Amino acid sequence: MPLTFSAAEDWRNPLRDPRDKRLPRIAGPCGLVIFGVTGDLSRKKLMPAIYDLANRGLLPPGFGLVGFARRDWADQDFMEVVYEAVKEHARTPFRQSVWDRLAEGIRFVQGSFDDDAAFDSLAETVADLDRERGTGGNHAFYLSVPPSAFPTVVNQLKRSGLATPPEDVPGQWRRVVIEKPFGHDLASAKELNKVVNDVFPEESVFRIDHYLGKETVQNILALRFANQLYEPIWNANYVDHVQITMAEDIGLGGRAGYYDGIGAARDVIQNHLLQLLALIAMEEPVSFRPADLRAEKVKILSATRPTEPFEETSSRGQYSGGWQGGKKVPGLLEEGGFSPDSNTETFAAITAEVNTRRWAGVPFYLRTGKRLGRRVTEVAVIFKRAPHLPFDDTATEELGQNALVVRVQPDEGVTIRFGSKVPGNTMEVRDVTMDFGYGHAFTESSPEAYERLLLDVLLGEPSLFPKNDEVELSWEILDPVLEQWGRGDAPPLEKYKAGSWGPASSAEMLGRTGRHWRRP
Amino acid sequence: MIIDLPSTTTSRINSKLVHLREEGGAVTLGRVLNLVIVTEDGERTEEAVDAANDASREHPCRVIVVARGARQAAPRLDAQIRVGGDAGASEVIVLRIYGELAEEGASCVIPLLLPDTPVVAWWPFEAPKVPAEDPIGQLAQRRITDAASEQDPIKALEQRRAGYTPGDTDLAWTRLTTWRAMLAAALDLPPHERVTAARVTGAADSPSTDLLAAWFAAYLDIEVSRATAKFSQGMVDVHLSRPSGPVDLARPDGKVGTLTQQGQPPRRVALQRREVRDCLSEELRRLDPDEVYEEALKALGKIVRVDTASAEAQEPAEAGS
Repeated sequence: MPLTFSAAEDWRNPLRDPRDKRLPRIAGPCGLVIFGVTGDLSRKKLMPAIYDLANRGLLPPGFGLVGFARRDWADQDFMEVVYEAVKEHARTPFRQSVWDRLAEGIRFVQGSFDDDAAFDSLAETVADLDRERGTGGNHAFYLSVPPSAFPTVVNQLKRSGLATPPEDVPGQWRRVVIEKPFGHDLASAKELNKVVNDVFPEESVFRIDHYLGKETVQNILALRFANQLYEPIWNANYVDHVQITMAEDIGLGGRAGYYDGIGAARDVIQNHLLQLLALIAMEEPVSFRPADLRAEKVKILSATRPTEPFEETSSRGQYSGGWQGGKKVPGLLEEGGFSPDSNTETFAAITAEVNTRRWAGVPFYLRTGKRLGRRVTEVAVIFKRAPHLPFDDTATEELGQNALVVRVQPDEGVTIRFGSKVPGNTMEVRDVTMDFGYGHAFTESSPEAYERLLLDVLLGEPSLFPKNDEVELSWEILDPVLEQWGRGDAPPLEKYKAGSWGPASSAEMLGRTGRHWRRP
Repeated sequence: MIIDLPSTTTSRINSKLVHLREEGGAVTLGRVLNLVIVTEDGERTEEAVDAANDASREHPCRVIVVARGARQAAPRLDAQIRVGGDAGASEVIVLRIYGELAEEGASCVIPLLLPDTPVVAWWPFEAPKVPAEDPIGQLAQRRITDAASEQDPIKALEQRRAGYTPGDTDLAWTRLTTWRAMLAAALDLPPHERVTAARVTGAADSPSTDLLAAWFAAYLDIEVSRATAKFSQGMVDVHLSRPSGPVDLARPDGKVGTLTQQGQPPRRVALQRREVRDCLSEELRRLDPDEVYEEALKALGKIVRVDTASAEAQEPAEAGS
């Protein structure tokens, strides 16, 4: 969707006409440095996304890509790794000519994060790229590394002078891209923000929440603010409650190092689900300028609180072994790397309330989990029942509540559920669905989230990146629940069977108010 | 799945479509536009259908192919419906019309258009003189032609200018998008100076070269010379003169371009000729009139044709400036 761009310059390029919608925004001369290039994310998402951008002609000529890792590689070896990753995972067809141009700008620097010499050599490589390839002193640093390494890397960037552009040449930029988790509670998030902001000013920090790069999530804005149909009923007068679900069918085998002690709430609710909540609940921004969009998100997050008492409004669980999708799968405690008495939750659900006039009294139910029934992310807005039904009870027995469901993944689209008469000579009303399949035909060519986000970083377009205040507000919402869960007298962690939709307490937490979870 | 309906009528085609939908779940819902392809019946018809199928992955559409057969034959309509794997993300209806009917294609198209969805007409090869006045063109919001695939591309472009109606577009223009994007991005960078002269070189029969020259003439408000490259195809070189030094984008081999500008090392860019399917996807992305194309067409008269020799003779003089 056409978010407006922030760069306002005195120079008006005569070749740019606002009516010219064909011309893509190509990033200006720049380079990207990736820390942690040997990781999965880098191979499966970042490198292919860079190639796809190049293939679509959106990277500047002379783009530079630098890998930094401990491996004893030469430029050639790293190029080979990128080549393999691109061949295997890129979305767009492989073109030798595009690859050749991209490969000319690939460099590798070997070293560990505490190695001053390695960072000095990185600084040299970057300066070489400026000279040979014309990257123009503009560089983004992608930290695809564990958060514990952030302070070291960020301070090394500062020490080696990479973090700030030279002052004598105006218009150059340095940006840093970081990934979740953005801390594990409010205090640590503040600490992390401080570490990063000490070196990079907030406008140069890009926090990746790849959900926000997805077309369907951006489509929420189009759906809400470009249509007349939904806005009148988008409030507590008509909405009964909202369910936001992000379920995964995979387990946590091999991710113990990252996940143990973190848990589902910190991993998903704090970032993805609360961002979705903000987009669904926020007021209309005065424009799509990044600052205006963010103002509305911050407003809604600051009005959001978890609903108490938490013993009744939240639920957590841990998957146990069982049969899922025709395969026998281990429980969390049997997964390699997790301690056998791990108290980490793999399912978390909370109730939130948004204290604004629009949403007063409408509960927002957020849930996420691993090893659930199937992989699905969706937002369901469930409407109130019609206040009066001129039918007798038997006619509407099978009529549920109207619902509007935004399916974020997979099978992106929007479903509307409403009642319809069953054919026949009796009046009987039953739920039917009307389906818009964004995914069926569009996804094949719509860009990957990382493509969009990386390009936005290089363009300096911050709309789709949560800022430090959003991160801190999200922790403020989640912290009280986490605290309660961590207390000694909290109910013990419930087990749920792999392949089910979570522990019994999850159904109870909605059942108390006569509601129930949608089966996504 | 391919279903042949020889010697048929549009109402029979329509009822077959409804039947298919009920039977196999080949949905007609979710189509965002109608794409009508108008061509003479022949081997090249399939090329156009393939390109449309590819484009439909981004823009699910109903493709109606009007293939006009022998005019001397008895009037007759043969139809073919393709759904599922044979039609990309679209459904394709091929109408082969013969005899008097061949001139009345619009009458066969109207009943098959999806209600309340935009119509795009595409002439992949020869196009009518004024597309907007063609009976099928009149049904469409957007009319896509391709000057480069006509007998005389430069003359075709001249016709486009004369017959321009908002909603017209030409693939010769679409092929320029990467060039235009690259050059606009080059001018985004400092030094921010006025372009004082421009020279665009390309094959003699390349309508894209003419259009690019005209785009500069329209937007830079300077004299633009159009030179001819003898042994190359399509666009070859763009040279924009500025006081501090030129911006030059050259693509001698049709694949890789070299961008040279002040304050930057020469940089090579992938600049291969775009395929029809890419161009068509881009065209379907917008359905409103393209004002920038209109400006460029109008400026066609402003470009100055020079022969190659004199274009090269200018070079030393400019280097001194």
